[in-house]
Amino acid sequence: MWIVAFALPALVPSHALLVNEIVIVALFAMSLDLILGYTGIVSLGHAAFFGFGAYAAALFAKLVMPDPTVGLVVATVLTGALGAVASITILRGTDLTRLMVTLGTALLLLELANKLDWLTGGADGLQGVVMAPVLGQFEFDLFGKTAAWYSLAVTLILFFLMRRLVHSPFGATLKAIRDNRLRAMAIGIPVASRLVTIYTVAAAVAGAAGALLAQTTGFASLDVLAFDRSADVMLLLVIGGVGWLYGGIAGAIVFKLLQTWLSSVTPQYWMFWIGLLLVLLVLVGRDRLFKPRTWLRKT
Amino acid sequence: MSGTETVLSAKGLVMRFGGITATDNVSLDLKRGARHALIGPNGAGKTTLINLLTGVLTPTAGRIELLGQDITTLAPHQRVARGLVRTFQINQLFDSMTPLQTLALVVSQQRGLGAQWWRPLGASKAVVDRASELLEQFHLADVAEQPVKHLAYGKRRLLEIAIALACEPRVLLLDEPVAGVPAGEREELLQTVAALPADVSVLLIEHDMDLVFSFADRMTVLVNGALLTEGDPETIANDPKVKEVYLGHGAAHG
Repeated sequence: MWIVAFALPALVPSHALLVNEIVIVALFAMSLDLILGYTGIVSLGHAAFFGFGAYAAALFAKLVMPDPTVGLVVATVLTGALGAVASITILRGTDLTRLMVTLGTALLLLELANKLDWLTGGADGLQGVVMAPVLGQFEFDLFGKTAAWYSLAVTLILFFLMRRLVHSPFGATLKAIRDNRLRAMAIGIPVASRLVTIYTVAAAVAGAAGALLAQTTGFASLDVLAFDRSADVMLLLVIGGVGWLYGGIAGAIVFKLLQTWLSSVTPQYWMFWIGLLLVLLVLVGRDRLFKPRTWLRKT
Repeated sequence: MSGTETVLSAKGLVMRFGGITATDNVSLDLKRGARHALIGPNGAGKTTLINLLTGVLTPTAGRIELLGQDITTLAPHQRVARGLVRTFQINQLFDSMTPLQTLALVVSQQRGLGAQWWRPLGASKAVVDRASELLEQFHLADVAEQPVKHLAYGKRRLLEIAIALACEPRVLLLDEPVAGVPAGEREELLQTVAALPADVSVLLIEHDMDLVFSFADRMTVLVNGALLTEGDPETIANDPKVKEVYLGHGAAHG
């Protein structure tokens, strides 16, 4: 699968930008899955970290140095730090309060980015971000081939790391917290510290995804922080399936392709079809959706 | 049989919720290897006492010592790390895992590997061996790979206790271990409870007087949040104060 993904920008260069976009969204979705699918922490404001990473990378390239790799690392670390601070807000409370505080955090950042227009460009976005070649070798080209490969490489590395993490004893303690927090505590798992750690990691990965977007498009605007982005990523995770990393990838592919295809067929109503798909998915169930024979059978 | 060394000691525990005193100056000592039963009618404060001992609640007054060290203000997971472990009256399991995964996780956590993120769960042979041993011991080997949510109630109950034992407890609080277990699966459970390691001190909270009197070598009776009396089973069974509280139950089995 990864080989196919890497071959795509060369095979269909006209769609390299779309591949890039899908890869970035997949990485973003996987980062949300770490907290939503594996740890059971709901979030309606995960774009806060995506957007923060995007602005951090764009500003770093503009004000400090244009090297993409260094910028990516800096943006990832900074977003991780933000995640560590923000994790305090999700330690207590119920799903409902978490939805509210994560949403609030994202809105707060959005408004900040809007107001600090001397730094972020406000509603006009942060323009004129020029990136140096990747590793000093590969220039970003107009068609997005380098961009797609760069994003693919970063995503592959992070995917590998995340897969190690979710299958480790550490990952098992996260699932224990998701399944039964009371018992997780009663077998000696330091629940609060686990939540802080995974929220930090998830934020950092989301930040990396945001940084990739800003670097490969040379642009960061307020929509990277927008509520739609938080909602979309949750939506596509539901489509792809939570609690397994490939779910984020599958969801990103389905969601982005549908979005691209439907919005060219019915520009105004593509959200309707996405909505319909979602309703079907929930009513019929993912396992049965692709086996029409089972639709009428009772579960 | 009980040794002489005190493993768990609660001194003058008081817990007030607003104007209500749920635990009223309760003291309790558990010797090494004790089989100690805590009984009392509903609302006597047994649950509050467990929550105080395990650290879910912090007492208004009083002191709790585990192996001579003050643990009164430690968080629940820190007490578990020191060997104070409980089971739950209502099963608290990890439904998405299998019994094998569950026990591998608990053993990993107990051995300080819970923060390890690079190696897969089950990469350590010592961990898997210990988990398999527990599966055998608790009659779970045949369902080791099935999702926990699909297990029969009796098996779930066994897993509930196996998890606690995987934490390598010094003190084990058993909260109504046979509650709700159907007659057919009861014997298996009673056997495992009887076969708990001899050097583990057990505090049994139970309504089932058959189990209490066959299991315990010492008993504490709690009424209205306060200690009514403490003694060996025979003394308790013949205590007129206890009979009065437990009219029916105590009389029938005394």
